[in-house]
Amino acid sequence: MAAATASRSGLRSALPLLAPAYLWLTVAIFLPLSAMVFFSFMTELPLSGKPWAFTLGNYAAFFSQSLYLTLLLASLRLGLEVTLWCVVIGYPAAYVLAKVLKGRSREAIFLLVILPFWSNGLVRIFSWAMVLREGGILDTALNAVLPFKINIDLMYSYPAVIIGLVHSYVPYMVLTCYLTLQAIDDSLIEAGRSLGASRLQVLKRVIIPLSMPGLVAGAALIFVPVVGSFMEPRILGGRTGTFYGTIIEDQFVAVFNWPLGAALSFILLAVVLVILAVASPVLRRAA
Amino acid sequence: MMATTRILEGLGRFYIGLLLAFLYLPIIIMALMSFNVSPFYQLPFEWTTEWYASLWQNDQLIAATWNSVEIAVITTIICVVLGSAASLALYRYEFRGKKFLQALLFPPIAIPWLITGTAMLIFFFGVGIGRGLHAILLGHVALALPYVIVVVSARLQTFAPELEEAARSLGANQWQVTRRVTLPWIMPGVIAGGLFAFAVSFDQFVVSYFLATPGQTTLPVEIYAAIRKGFTPEINAVSTIIIVVSMALMLLTARFFKFGGEK
Repeated sequence: MAAATASRSGLRSALPLLAPAYLWLTVAIFLPLSAMVFFSFMTELPLSGKPWAFTLGNYAAFFSQSLYLTLLLASLRLGLEVTLWCVVIGYPAAYVLAKVLKGRSREAIFLLVILPFWSNGLVRIFSWAMVLREGGILDTALNAVLPFKINIDLMYSYPAVIIGLVHSYVPYMVLTCYLTLQAIDDSLIEAGRSLGASRLQVLKRVIIPLSMPGLVAGAALIFVPVVGSFMEPRILGGRTGTFYGTIIEDQFVAVFNWPLGAALSFILLAVVLVILAVASPVLRRAA
Repeated sequence: MMATTRILEGLGRFYIGLLLAFLYLPIIIMALMSFNVSPFYQLPFEWTTEWYASLWQNDQLIAATWNSVEIAVITTIICVVLGSAASLALYRYEFRGKKFLQALLFPPIAIPWLITGTAMLIFFFGVGIGRGLHAILLGHVALALPYVIVVVSARLQTFAPELEEAARSLGANQWQVTRRVTLPWIMPGVIAGGLFAFAVSFDQFVVSYFLATPGQTTLPVEIYAAIRKGFTPEINAVSTIIIVVSMALMLLTARFFKFGGEK
């Protein structure tokens, strides 16, 4: 009966409620994304007063100068490595949360794990500088324990960027895997065990396949922003922290070549959309 | 067999402990260093609150903080109103293109902020909106709105449409039904959505960074600028305040909205 009322009312009743929100999204998200595509084919900003024309030059620059492609590949590799570490660290944690811990302690620990995720990302990256720098906490602590003198100076290195990013994104993996793992009926696991399967076999044949949507969702949600990251490599990577994201940042805040920046952004967007498209069948099955 | 299970479970708990240490130790160290005397983070640790005191002298930082709070509050109000209205419409009515409208909510969430931020910069500049606090507000609302709609819609899924039907058959008009029946039911979702919106805006760095101008910045943008000049305990102090505020906010949100669909 509710459905009958609903279809009778239709779009005309819905429109006044929907219009403000979607108008806002159009002005602040969808038009800007379209404008970015448009600008990426220009020689100059139309408003700068200089003459401008349409050009493919910004895209030609991407394909002719190996620097951009190299950096894009470096960013994709960074995204892959961070995602893999998040799976390795996050999945077992999600499993323990979903299948070992019970009741209130599970709720409390789950909250503790995802709480940092919702706190300020910039500040959390900065906090790693305190740990990783020479004469920092890690350095001091290890030298206090170990009999010989070592110098841990991870700051401004590739591993520092990886550590910072994994720290930022691992809660995502725990969250998505936990959601699919806790939906697995315990009796399925028990059935497998009682039929003589080893723990490892149950893990391989039952648990991992059933939690695949969570893994894929987590991987997509981590990979995409990591490929576009620039603040994390800047703070923790120093001079080694030049990636595709930082080059885009440069075009907008340092070099002021906006059309090139737009082209680079759009290429990144295309890569991201392809990745999301590849992941979406698995995700849809989960939903 | 039971023994193996017990050992594995013990290992599992230990592992979770390690993960929590990994997640929280840097934050705790950063907070401790904000109370340390040495401006170069030298140990041994000596207690002081002078870095917090000197925050009060930093007019630039205080101005940026107020900007952040103001923008977050306005973003929250706008998002809650527009988002709840849109959620209600998506819940209540059937029409062509509804699936498409729902799908449109995901690009703002899924596209990296670097892309969204630079796109906003180009477009706002191009159409004369320009940069500054108003542009930041425009961007923050757009970023937070999809989250609010998703959260409120999730709450609406638990709503029984028969309640609206009953109220209507008792003579209530559309507005009365909404105000007396539907809104009270979805209120926890609305509050959670509002807190989400506040957090998204208050913690937002990337988009604000591209839309800020020297006089008109937010706290994260100001902190980023400070970090790139060099690390100081003052940054630790303001970062500690931020992290405490945003974690408290999320704990509050968790009271209204169960993450992870606990049974």
